[in-house]
Amino acid sequence: MRQGAGWLSLGLLLCGFRAAQTTLDPAADQAAQSDVVWRTMLAVCGLMYLLVMAFLAWALLKASRRRAEVPPAVGHTAAEPALERGLAGWGALILAGLVGLTTVSFLVDRTLAEVGRDPLKIKVTANQWWWQADYEGATPSEQFSTANELHLPVNRTAVIELHAGDVIHSFWAPNLGGKEDLIPGRTNYLRLTPRRTGVFRAQCAEFCGLQHAKMALTITVDRPADFEAWRRHQLGTPPAPSNAEAQAGQHLFHTRACVMCHRVGGTDAGATVGPDLSHIASRPTLAAGTLPNTPEALAGWITDPQGLKPGASMPKVSLSGPELSAVVAYLETLK
Amino acid sequence: LLVFAAVAGLAGCERETRDLKGPPETGPKGVTVSDLYPGASSPTPPDPRAKAYEGNAFHIANGQRYYRWFNCNGCHFNGGGGIGPALMDSQWRYGGSMERIYASIVQGRPNGMPAFKDKIPEPQVWEIAAYVRALSGNADKLAAPSRPDEMQAIPPINNINKQPPGRAARGPNDRDYH
Repeated sequence: MRQGAGWLSLGLLLCGFRAAQTTLDPAADQAAQSDVVWRTMLAVCGLMYLLVMAFLAWALLKASRRRAEVPPAVGHTAAEPALERGLAGWGALILAGLVGLTTVSFLVDRTLAEVGRDPLKIKVTANQWWWQADYEGATPSEQFSTANELHLPVNRTAVIELHAGDVIHSFWAPNLGGKEDLIPGRTNYLRLTPRRTGVFRAQCAEFCGLQHAKMALTITVDRPADFEAWRRHQLGTPPAPSNAEAQAGQHLFHTRACVMCHRVGGTDAGATVGPDLSHIASRPTLAAGTLPNTPEALAGWITDPQGLKPGASMPKVSLSGPELSAVVAYLETLK
Repeated sequence: LLVFAAVAGLAGCERETRDLKGPPETGPKGVTVSDLYPGASSPTPPDPRAKAYEGNAFHIANGQRYYRWFNCNGCHFNGGGGIGPALMDSQWRYGGSMERIYASIVQGRPNGMPAFKDKIPEPQVWEIAAYVRALSGNADKLAAPSRPDEMQAIPPINNINKQPPGRAARGPNDRDYH
């Protein structure tokens, strides 16, 4: 039974299966190219491994049969032309394998650096422990900032400019491409050309501190029209809260610690220390993939961030029960 | 004996614990406005929380981040002062103890210092106060950060000569803040 499950998972591993975070299900050109290198390596190394094992088995068998014979004189053995030819062939095989791997790696490396026409430019900044994404535009009114989520149009290359706010992080979206490090004081670039719509998960792939594991990024690949609709929506400011509780929440947001770090478009809250909350209610997760984005989880996150994600920069803000529900009601209006 | 000494030495190396949650908040009721006046010795009651933050490297380093994030450097610069008074010298208009600095941040002070009550959670205020103390060399040299997050024209603050808090005296280059 257990063995069966093992074979099944190995089979799935080799055939490829659909999942939000796997290198074996490439959904972008860059990941597909890396997949070519991986499969080539698996084939070449697998073949060599089998050959070595076969040779060892053959040698063992031969030695056990020869045991009865007289051992050859030390230092002076007869020529074994078959063995010599075999060894020469073995050397040639190793050379061919290495040259093949190097060639594939070199060619794929070159294609990874290609940029298509009219690339979408996004600046991603990694912080302990969340992702800031700034979509660039021709004018400031065409630019916006979001956090812990990326939307990409299908069949269009996105050039992602990678920055780090504090320590070294690494951007890795296994289905799409990467890894590429984000290094303080240095700008790196990563190209992604998604070929399939879907929701994928990216993750920091360089140990960056206490909450390295809770530093995920949701990447949604949309059809071009859907992407444009999302972009237009992000460019807009959220509507002013209409009901009394949400209005009270907005007042609290502006008079308590929230406003010191967070920005909400169209209001006086303009700090850029923490994630931009202009459209927080429309995001899939909270705190970089730590929690699902539900009102309950949001209330829990505000109540005890250091319990859910110890060490994160989000402090505990003392709010009474009614104050907390008012703030949550306000944040839920920020669609 | 050597092995024993090595083991004892290693056992003595204790990593500073990181208190991520901070002590419970009590509100600024421990600090009153009425007993504060410029330049006098401190009648402010000592706060037991001050000790927990003062000599702690983690809290001082956090304070360094908040100092920039909350734009303290917008007026006080990197401690040299400009729009607001200098923080790296020995002169304190409203007292240089942890409790006094905490009170100045929470309550605000005349002529420009805003009150950050409710705007900055209490543990963060204590961390900023610990960093402000460190700016004038008054923090434990082993706890003060050895490098800033950004480029600065001042030496590392764990290498600053201690400026014991003193009375604000007017020098020839002292700007008028009153």
